[in-house]
Amino acid sequence: MHIHKFEQFWIKLSFVLIAFFIATVVYGFVAMDLKVIGDHATIDPQNLQETKFGNPGVREVTKNGQTEYEVYVQTIQFAYSPGTAEPIVVPANTRVTFYITSPDVLHGFDVAGTNLNTMAIPGQVAKMTTIFPESREYGIVCNEYCGPAHHIMEGIIKVVPKSEFDKSNLVE
Amino acid sequence: MTFIHKYPKAAKVAKANFVVAFIALAIGGFFGFVQALHRTDVFRGFFNSGEYYTLLTGHGVLLALIFTTFFIAGLFVWGVTRSLDREPENMSYTWSWFWLMTIGTVMATVAILGGLVPDSSIRAAVLYTFYPPLQAHPLFYIGLALVLVGSWMAGADWFWSYRKWRKGSPDERVPILTFMALFTMLMWYVCTIGLALEVVGLLIPWSLGWVTEIEPLLPRTLFWFFGHAVVYFWLLPAYYVWYAILPKLSGGRLFSDSMTRIVFIIFLLLSTPVGYHHQYADAGISVGFKFYAMATTMLLLLPSLITLFTVVASMEHGARQRGGKGYLKWIGKLPWDKPAFVGCALAGIMFAAGGFSGMINAGMNINILIHNTIWVPGHFHLTVGTAVALTFMAITYWLLPQLTGRKLKFKTLALIQPYAWFLGMTLMSNAMHRAGLAGVPRRTAEPQYSGFEFEPIFGTMAEMDWQIAIGGTILTISLILFLWVVIASWMAGQKSDKPVDDHIPEPLSGVEHTPAILDNMKLWFTLALILVILAYAFPLLEMVADGIFEPGALPRPS
Repeated sequence: MHIHKFEQFWIKLSFVLIAFFIATVVYGFVAMDLKVIGDHATIDPQNLQETKFGNPGVREVTKNGQTEYEVYVQTIQFAYSPGTAEPIVVPANTRVTFYITSPDVLHGFDVAGTNLNTMAIPGQVAKMTTIFPESREYGIVCNEYCGPAHHIMEGIIKVVPKSEFDKSNLVE
Repeated sequence: MTFIHKYPKAAKVAKANFVVAFIALAIGGFFGFVQALHRTDVFRGFFNSGEYYTLLTGHGVLLALIFTTFFIAGLFVWGVTRSLDREPENMSYTWSWFWLMTIGTVMATVAILGGLVPDSSIRAAVLYTFYPPLQAHPLFYIGLALVLVGSWMAGADWFWSYRKWRKGSPDERVPILTFMALFTMLMWYVCTIGLALEVVGLLIPWSLGWVTEIEPLLPRTLFWFFGHAVVYFWLLPAYYVWYAILPKLSGGRLFSDSMTRIVFIIFLLLSTPVGYHHQYADAGISVGFKFYAMATTMLLLLPSLITLFTVVASMEHGARQRGGKGYLKWIGKLPWDKPAFVGCALAGIMFAAGGFSGMINAGMNINILIHNTIWVPGHFHLTVGTAVALTFMAITYWLLPQLTGRKLKFKTLALIQPYAWFLGMTLMSNAMHRAGLAGVPRRTAEPQYSGFEFEPIFGTMAEMDWQIAIGGTILTISLILFLWVVIASWMAGQKSDKPVDDHIPEPLSGVEHTPAILDNMKLWFTLALILVILAYAFPLLEMVADGIFEPGALPRPS
């Protein structure tokens, strides 16, 4: 087969580029802790009330001697519970793990402008962990079409300084 | 003598396919115009925000699935017939796949447009990805299934011609125009296994009420089994044009026959196992399989980068034949006053830009930043919305005279059209990409929220909205120009024996340098199946292990 020498050079260059891209992703995983949602757990979407999702909200847990928080969120047509009627309040500079699922249709859970972004799929529990570095409010957007009022589905995450975090609203 | 005089039967079939394609393009394009004005809040008087999703479904289905499939069918009828020098084997069979696809299209369209009738029970506002448990009327799924079966029959038609030709020419190499068409269809057969299992196996029985519950992740995964390869089903016919015809339109010849074949083989092998890269943000699929899909996706950059080289090299050769000189000055010698050339070349430039945003999409942890934001439609309006659609429109200016025996009319309008498309898409797409970085979602009638505001990294939301609205308007004008030129030329173009120069010269590095193994379809098809099994067998088995419809969710009206 005849391949022009410029073309051979170009193909080699392409392989270098491809290797570079894959390396950036691996670097993100290993060095920057940029994880991707994986296989966590399945759940019966018609019986969420018997699980922790039945009493959604922020929970305090202790892991490896550290105080951390777990947030259980149901995405429903067309609101986040919690998140829409009342904001999700979490402290800054603390590990927060979100558990998200949907009892009805597919939704998105995207904290706008950040890489906290997952699908809420009936039957699947999405798990993602983060540390909010600063106190501020973030908008949550449903970014998967979920029905005729999809565009009103939004929520708020309120990150407060650790010292001002009010534990009276935690759920058991 | 041109195509219609030599192959009148095939010309009729190709034209029929183009008619359906262009009607779908007109309706789907109009919906796009309404959406561009609606979601930017420039004008919301056409439809209300609930109906927006019906229009969005129409836009996606009619453009991404119907316009493309019918245009591709017409293009391949032209290419296979011409390069094998034989009419379709049995015209009743050929017309039967055309009518099957058309009936399916009408059924799906009726189901979608039913959503605009108040209180209609016939609705299908499920978008072109139709994720359950949002449920459309059965007409929608059955219609799509008929289109799919029709497209399989169309592919079989071309393989039939090929086999007959092979009997008469046992020692000849597969002509490149047939080779590319057949490999595209081989890829189509591999990837549509997923779609057929989803639509026929799950969604049709469920929409008819034979089963009530459905597990959302399984059909979603089967959809993306098909859903990225379908991108290449759109793109490979554009490559078909860029490899086989664009060099000629530039005044030159294809650079390399063997590299062309290698590129199509790589697409056959790698197009399907990449589907999880649309599911990076899904729970329920392990990171390992997502990583495998990502590595495969990155490898798919290779054939596109080779294409970039081959196409640019072919164009440079053409420009030098026309007296072009220097490192870059030759670009000025290309026929920038010929609509078919201009459309293909601008489509190629846009595709390079779309390729860059696609590389971001492919990086699995970078992707999370832009997943399901308007960045994504910003990306695919460069790829399918320009690289593919503009190439199809441009090459129509060259094909239509061959299919009708009439010269093109309104050449100035035809020349303005691709430049207008390029301008409109530049405005619209850059704004969509930037808005996506701020977190603005896709698929939303009113991306304006009460509790918070988006914070763009650069520019303002108002400026981006205006760019999307103005860009969308320019695209609509470009589309009207296209349809006007096509209808006028078709109806009233001057009849001629040679309405266009349809000669395609031999490649610079011809088939005599191409290893025979590249034409071994069984080998490459088998390898493609193995790669798909590696990617999908285990996750799919895991999903169905607890019951095909478990964990089950109840249907919701769309």
